[in-house]
Amino acid sequence: MAKKEVSYYPGCSSQTGASSSNMMRATQTMCDELDIQLNEIPDWNCCGASIGYGSGGELPRLTLSARNIALSEQHNPGQEIVATCAACWLSTREAKERLHEDANMFRDANTALNEINLKLNNQTPVRHMVEVLVEDIGFEAIKAKIKKPLQGLKIASYVGCQTNRPFGIAEESFENPVYLDHLIESVGADSIPTYEKKVQCCGGALAFSEPEKSQEMIHGIIEAAYDHGADLIATPCPLCQANVEIYQDQINARFGSKFNMPVVYYSQLMSVAFGRNSKDSALDGQIIRAKSLEDIAGK
Amino acid sequence: MSDLNSAMTERYHNSFLREVEANVEEGEWVKMCMQCGVCAGSCPLGNAWEHTPQKLFMMIRAGKREAVLSSDSMWMCTSCYNCIARCPRGLPITHIMHGLAHYAKRLGLAPKNQPTAQFSQIFWDNLMKKGRVNELKLGLSVYFKDGFGQGIKNALANKQLGQNMMKAKRMNAMEFFGGHSIKDTSGLQKMIKKAQEIEDAKIQGNS
Ligand code: SF4
Ligand code: SF4
Ligand code: SF4
Ligand code: SF4
Repeated sequence: MAKKEVSYYPGCSSQTGASSSNMMRATQTMCDELDIQLNEIPDWNCCGASIGYGSGGELPRLTLSARNIALSEQHNPGQEIVATCAACWLSTREAKERLHEDANMFRDANTALNEINLKLNNQTPVRHMVEVLVEDIGFEAIKAKIKKPLQGLKIASYVGCQTNRPFGIAEESFENPVYLDHLIESVGADSIPTYEKKVQCCGGALAFSEPEKSQEMIHGIIEAAYDHGADLIATPCPLCQANVEIYQDQINARFGSKFNMPVVYYSQLMSVAFGRNSKDSALDGQIIRAKSLEDIAGK
Repeated sequence: MSDLNSAMTERYHNSFLREVEANVEEGEWVKMCMQCGVCAGSCPLGNAWEHTPQKLFMMIRAGKREAVLSSDSMWMCTSCYNCIARCPRGLPITHIMHGLAHYAKRLGLAPKNQPTAQFSQIFWDNLMKKGRVNELKLGLSVYFKDGFGQGIKNALANKQLGQNMMKAKRMNAMEFFGGHSIKDTSGLQKMIKKAQEIEDAKIQGNS
């Protein structure tokens, strides 16, 4: 396979010591194995996430993403922008499309960028890592790389909202996307096609500002996984991962449940299945340890 | 009443719909709503919404300016995009909810103690300082937003969570001192200031 180079937008939560630094590590491992080179956008800034609207306003928010796209066009010319955070991908792609459709907004964003001598051409595709895996690499090529199939593990695929709506992955339905199930099967584990909370919202940023309301939804997401006999939940989204994993103590206290369900990234599943150790697969970044994966990685 | 609010009331005294179309993000779509009700059942926190998106759109057309702009419903939008995926008329409902919330805040009409409204301000201020979000300070500002006493209570209630995150190296106490940053923070701030000026001028020009 020829090396694929992409202009990588990691996002704030992927930085060292931040809440999805474990995702970053597993992404790097997965990409090494698949010969994907991640060229970080130099001096990228936060995209404002979805919650930035309250104070940000439309043009300032679009300009944040415009800066990242412009930097990418300048420093990583000809390379597609690829994000692993659902909200980063969404904000960046939304900005790209809005600025494409609205000539006035495009002019205004460039006026703001001009303050720092940047110029947006807006010719760069903005993709999610999952699109690269599904469309460019393909399930067959992934299967061919497997050294340690995750045999016997039953994994609920939790896709969440923003990896799925409004853009989604090509040819997938909004109500029941199946690419994550296919990825789970490609690494040798069992998927749960009838897992009904696959695209249920976890509350997003409101897990922080409205914890009672959000934890009720998270409770349902985990309970359904138990009902189907899942060993693990897998997700593509950093905020989904954090929201579903880290509040389980609080949820148990609130609802009298006894949850202790590991929640991992697809990139961690792939890293382990590709034969890499626990550390490279960022299994030490779990709050709720994924024992079953550690055992396979340690073999 | 804020100056901008009275100016806007004056300028659009007969048509709140026109005011929304001219000043709210994606507001020109509101008139396309056919009141089918699909979006009303789509919000994950819908039980807590006094006014569903469908209702808000109807109220806009009925000129219920105060009730719409002071509603706390749109602040409970989780940005799940269920509505956009389902609306038969293709309304960008998520963005209209964000736009209404932002416009209400701009006019000083947003509910004062709405937790997500407060959080979104804290988030924005946080990212504007360094160009990247500092999760530790973000968390602390949220815990302490209601004063020191409540902050200590909140921090203690979440102590176990913080320790878990630090142990997994997904939170770093050193972030309190400085922390992650882009190199060109002053450039970023200058650029955003410019964008804000352009947007403000657009809205003032409308008023
Ligand atoms: S969406 Fe999250 S991770 Fe991505 S840049 Fe924004 S705050 Fe940072
Ligand atoms: S499931 Fe939650 S975290 Fe994931 S994209 Fe939706 S709101 Fe965001
Ligand atoms: S789904 Fe669309 S058309 Fe139907 S009520 Fe909601 S906004 Fe109106
Ligand atoms: S994006 Fe907002 S308005 Fe749309 S369904 Fe979700 S919560 Fe409701």
